[in-house]
Amino acid sequence: MNSEPLLLATPSGEGLELRPEGPWISANVSKLEALSQSVGKDVARSKAVTLDMAGVSELDTLGAWLLEKLLRGATSSGRSAEFVGVADNFGGLMDEVRQVNRNVPAPASLPNPVLLRLSDLGKATIGAREDITIFLQMLGALFMAVVGVLRKPRSLRLTSLVYQLYRIGWQAIPIVVLITFLIGAIIAQQGFFHFRRFGAESYTVDMVGILVLRELGVLIVAIMVAGRSGSAYTAELGSMKMREEIDALSTMGLDPINVLILPRVAALVIALPILAFIGSIAALYGGGLVAQFYGDMGPAIYIARLREAISVTHFEVGILKAPFMALVIGIVACSEGLRVKGSAESLGRQTTTSVVKSIFLVIVLDGLFAIFFASIGM
Amino acid sequence: MMPQAQQEFAIRVRDLIVGFGRQAVLDHLLLDVRRGEVLGLVGASGGGKSVLMRTIIGLIPRQGGTIEVMGQPIGGTHDRTTQGAAAKWGILFQQGALFSSLTVRQNVQFPLRENLVLSQELMDEVATAKLEMVGLRAQDRDKYPAELSGGMTKRVALARALALDPPILFLDEPTSGLDPIAAGDFDALIKTLQKTLGLTVFMVTHDLASLTTVCDRVAALADGKIVAIGLMRELLQSEHPWVRAYFHGKRSQMLQPQMR
Repeated sequence: MNSEPLLLATPSGEGLELRPEGPWISANVSKLEALSQSVGKDVARSKAVTLDMAGVSELDTLGAWLLEKLLRGATSSGRSAEFVGVADNFGGLMDEVRQVNRNVPAPASLPNPVLLRLSDLGKATIGAREDITIFLQMLGALFMAVVGVLRKPRSLRLTSLVYQLYRIGWQAIPIVVLITFLIGAIIAQQGFFHFRRFGAESYTVDMVGILVLRELGVLIVAIMVAGRSGSAYTAELGSMKMREEIDALSTMGLDPINVLILPRVAALVIALPILAFIGSIAALYGGGLVAQFYGDMGPAIYIARLREAISVTHFEVGILKAPFMALVIGIVACSEGLRVKGSAESLGRQTTTSVVKSIFLVIVLDGLFAIFFASIGM
Repeated sequence: MMPQAQQEFAIRVRDLIVGFGRQAVLDHLLLDVRRGEVLGLVGASGGGKSVLMRTIIGLIPRQGGTIEVMGQPIGGTHDRTTQGAAAKWGILFQQGALFSSLTVRQNVQFPLRENLVLSQELMDEVATAKLEMVGLRAQDRDKYPAELSGGMTKRVALARALALDPPILFLDEPTSGLDPIAAGDFDALIKTLQKTLGLTVFMVTHDLASLTTVCDRVAALADGKIVAIGLMRELLQSEHPWVRAYFHGKRSQMLQPQMR
């Protein structure tokens, strides 16, 4: 038995006889494709084509289609062409293949790349407006939910709120402490290193204190929470949306905002200031350790300098920002979660968008607060 | 490959034991599927039908017994022989299991692209051919799975299962969730394809109509064993209490008055 597929072309008078032999199956596809292309010229030269199938030992859809394509290529240019000697067991398959690929729509032509870019830009602009609308809608819905809870305090989902607090607050403490501790230590080290040249080492403590309490403590923690908890919110709500759990909630007369989103956002608003506080202390502690071992400044002096350099105002400036950042992170994460469509890819895309957008907004918000506090003299 | 092709049995399961924790789901199960036949498997919900199918294709580890598919022993999904055998079967999962980030056409092309070396043009043509064979229009090929109806999803999944022209096709409840007309069409489609391509089909189903119209033989799974196997009319006469309850229950009688 033949184990290699063959395609023999014998000219007979003005016609051409093609005899495929051996196994015409998908496992041999690269050979088959080359074979059917190799006879193209012979087919073009002859007036009539017959395909003698008697020698074919095995056949599957792919092989059958290649033969059918050969024949169709011949008939389309006005030659007569036919199959002969089709074995009974292949007859059904050949008949089936004759029906397919008859009216395939032409592939959509690729649009002009410049126009494509412009159209993307336009869509993104309109999308940005939509983003703002969605953000404001979510803010309004949350406000209404809060009003509802204030009117009827029993409607607050306390269990869910506590669970979310545990997840995004308590469980986040170790990593927040570790990162802010390192950040504080690095700032102190840089301060000592550079200020030493002016003999102004003692001002390092001022820098660490003010920077950490006013800006970095809360900003770093907010960014980490956006990455850690915001992404989790988006993914959770997104997969609940995909599995129609949110629709199920609505049909039971429950408001998803009340049941799912309010506890999550409220937990963030409560947890972020606490985390920011813990983070700031850890950063100051890191700075103190560097002061002792790298800057030759004992703990007593470090604490005394810190007391002179910073006031409660600095701490207030930092911690006041935290709930607003938490609100932004929560709203972005939840509304992106609700925008997930059916596919797994959409879930991934929305989660990425959620993290990127909330980090961006947190930094913008921080900038606005800096201007605000500077102008009111805090 | 040739000597295997002459074999009488496509799937041979011997003494199969599968359990989760302490609970035994399949208990010394024995099953033969002949080449070129359509075997329907019935059983109680949660009775291990899908477990049996998933064990045969190597997705679930077994505690004992042997499984041969087309003469090749099956280990697990990480087993080389199983991976080799994988090209020889097509599987239609209950929910379709289409890749949601790929279009319909790319889904069907996926097995071709991974297993064969062929030009994009030929791949497109073959994918369209498969889609048309399962009764979809060429226009649907650029849609994403999320845009498809339940019946279309099943058809695309069938086209993907058939992409490599496998000799064995596993179907997990192919007609569940389809309306009777669509289910009937799907049955007819499976029968046609089975005849045309000479497939062996292993079908898990609850659909009595599928059992009578499509299946050559029916196997009943109860208490972790195959308690009856044979032609549909033989099963209808079976004395096993569960099989009697299944085929002669109120619901079955209502749907199939001619069975009495």
